[in-house]
Amino acid sequence: MTLSLLFQHIVNALSLGSLYALIAIGYTMVYGILRLINFAHGDVFMLGAYVAFYGITLVSLPWWAALLVSIAFTALFGIGLERVAYKPLRDSPRISIMISAIGASFLLESLAVLIFGGRPKGVPVPDVLSKVIHFGSVSMITISLIIPLFTFALLGVLVWIVNKTKTGMAMRAVSTDIEAARLMAVDVNKVVSFTFGIGSLLAAFGGIMWSFKYPQLNPLMGMMPGLKCFIAAVIGGIGSIGGAVMGGFLLGIIEIMIVAFLPTLSGYRDAFAFILLIVVLLVKPTGLLGKRQAEKV
Amino acid sequence: MIMKATTGKQPFALTRNRLLTIIALAAFAVLAIIANSFFDAFTLRVFNMCAIYIVLALSLNLLNGFTGLFSLGHAGFMAVGAYVCALLTMTPELKEMNYFLVPIVPWLRNITIPFLPAILIAGLASAFVGFLIGAPVLRLRDDYLAIATLGFGEIIRVLITNAQPITNGAQGLKGLPRYATTFSVWVAAGLVTLFMVLLMRSSYGRAMKAVRDDELAAEAMGINVFRVKVTSFTVSSFLAGVGGALLGHMITTIDPKMFTFMLTFNILLIVVLGGIGSISGSVISAIVVTILMEALRFLDEPMNLIFFKTEGLPGLRMVVFSILLMVMVIYRQRGLMGNKEFSWDMLQGLFVKKGRKGGDHV
Repeated sequence: MTLSLLFQHIVNALSLGSLYALIAIGYTMVYGILRLINFAHGDVFMLGAYVAFYGITLVSLPWWAALLVSIAFTALFGIGLERVAYKPLRDSPRISIMISAIGASFLLESLAVLIFGGRPKGVPVPDVLSKVIHFGSVSMITISLIIPLFTFALLGVLVWIVNKTKTGMAMRAVSTDIEAARLMAVDVNKVVSFTFGIGSLLAAFGGIMWSFKYPQLNPLMGMMPGLKCFIAAVIGGIGSIGGAVMGGFLLGIIEIMIVAFLPTLSGYRDAFAFILLIVVLLVKPTGLLGKRQAEKV
Repeated sequence: MIMKATTGKQPFALTRNRLLTIIALAAFAVLAIIANSFFDAFTLRVFNMCAIYIVLALSLNLLNGFTGLFSLGHAGFMAVGAYVCALLTMTPELKEMNYFLVPIVPWLRNITIPFLPAILIAGLASAFVGFLIGAPVLRLRDDYLAIATLGFGEIIRVLITNAQPITNGAQGLKGLPRYATTFSVWVAAGLVTLFMVLLMRSSYGRAMKAVRDDELAAEAMGINVFRVKVTSFTVSSFLAGVGGALLGHMITTIDPKMFTFMLTFNILLIVVLGGIGSISGSVISAIVVTILMEALRFLDEPMNLIFFKTEGLPGLRMVVFSILLMVMVIYRQRGLMGNKEFSWDMLQGLFVKKGRKGGDHV
């Protein structure tokens, strides 16, 4: 393997890892606050990609405008989803709310089949993003470079929100103890909505970037990335944003590198994430960066 | 023990309820015979599919409903059962025809055994896989368990897709002998239902329910929680394997794509609608959902409503089902039966209550 090929793989791995990290954050934030696996998160990702696609093809918006519209729409959609599917069940047993999440996921998928059609759609990738640039002997597509850059920018903003703003403080309070936060006059519903909004926004961004990098859409495209990103969140330690980012990059890098170095195993590509998950869960059930929680009796 | 002594009055007395049960079973047997000889192929298939879904729903309910283990990897165990059974029953010529890309491994080529032992071996293989997976995974709880089992389900599917010399990979297996007759599937459904009823009355069943309700309390009462969980997981895998084998021999074609999370979702839907933790709920719901799934197929096809025509809306059926599931979970969390069981007294109670209500208005 030449050095330039290796670099290419590294760039690919970083951009896939960034996408995973973006989606994993949505899972980890929701789980941190509501202790809920938002199974529909992968489908929110799919929705973001579709809305941008229709923005470009139907309304012929420029791609950046379609991106912004889609992100705003998807964030609102995420908030609405929580109101309809999860809020009525907030005090119910965990199993009920998880079933509702699975139901919501399937509802979104089948709605997508119904509305968008089951046939895959080709995405018109803007020229700016599909240009090939050369660094010496290394050549890569702009999108592969842009994804990690934007991801780090978004992460910076997110970290600032969570650590420095009042809303962020409320989020941390709710995730530590929802009842105590309520007593301290934190508006829990608002915090939850905000969390879903941010998670969906990041997922939408991830979805759109995904559709520019792998330019094909289908209604089930969110399923596998969704599962893998949840796994990334668990591997990193669910509830921790840093953990989700780490898990996302870890997963992206391992996946690309295994396929690159051991091509005979590429058929098992989708199984790696699960194997890694099970190993991590068995060795350190709270994930790499997760805090150990005392068991309440 | 003491309970048994006090409640077990004359075990074979022909009480009214027992009589009703026997009549109902006999009526059902007649229905099955009629169905077998007079229904057209499609209707008969739906009728038999109900039985298979009863087996599958009960096996998932054993985990989710009775032991409180939320498992999402059921499709994987069904796949194991379906493949093992198919490989054991297919004739060498049939295998030759199927494995045209990569030849089958020699030790599997010439094995052909009858359906009954094959299905039992399929169940055992599935149970063995369940045991292997369960032993490490069952240390996890709640959501983690759900995700880990989901992961294993996917891993099994990926392995089957890639183990081409054994499973024929993504091409799947075609032309399996149609052994899943009306008789065999309904006998299987009956036996599994009976097994579940007996299991839930036994000390094992009670231990499972204790683990579901309060793990710590169960442990304090001297129940080996981990062992109960592994047992439940293994038995459930066995049943799932049997169900998968029946499914394979009913549809006569299996391929790895069949056993995705979607299949687990369908069974979960049945269990939730019927009532998590109710055997009769699962049975009723398996029948209702299976029939509805077929009856609502018209939703996907072109419709001629009086004012406008729709041209086929593929996917509408699944939308309806997803909404049904969510509405059920949000507004009636306990499902059709809750965790109660059907009994003749209950049925009578239903009518008597209605009668009284009518009386109140007078």
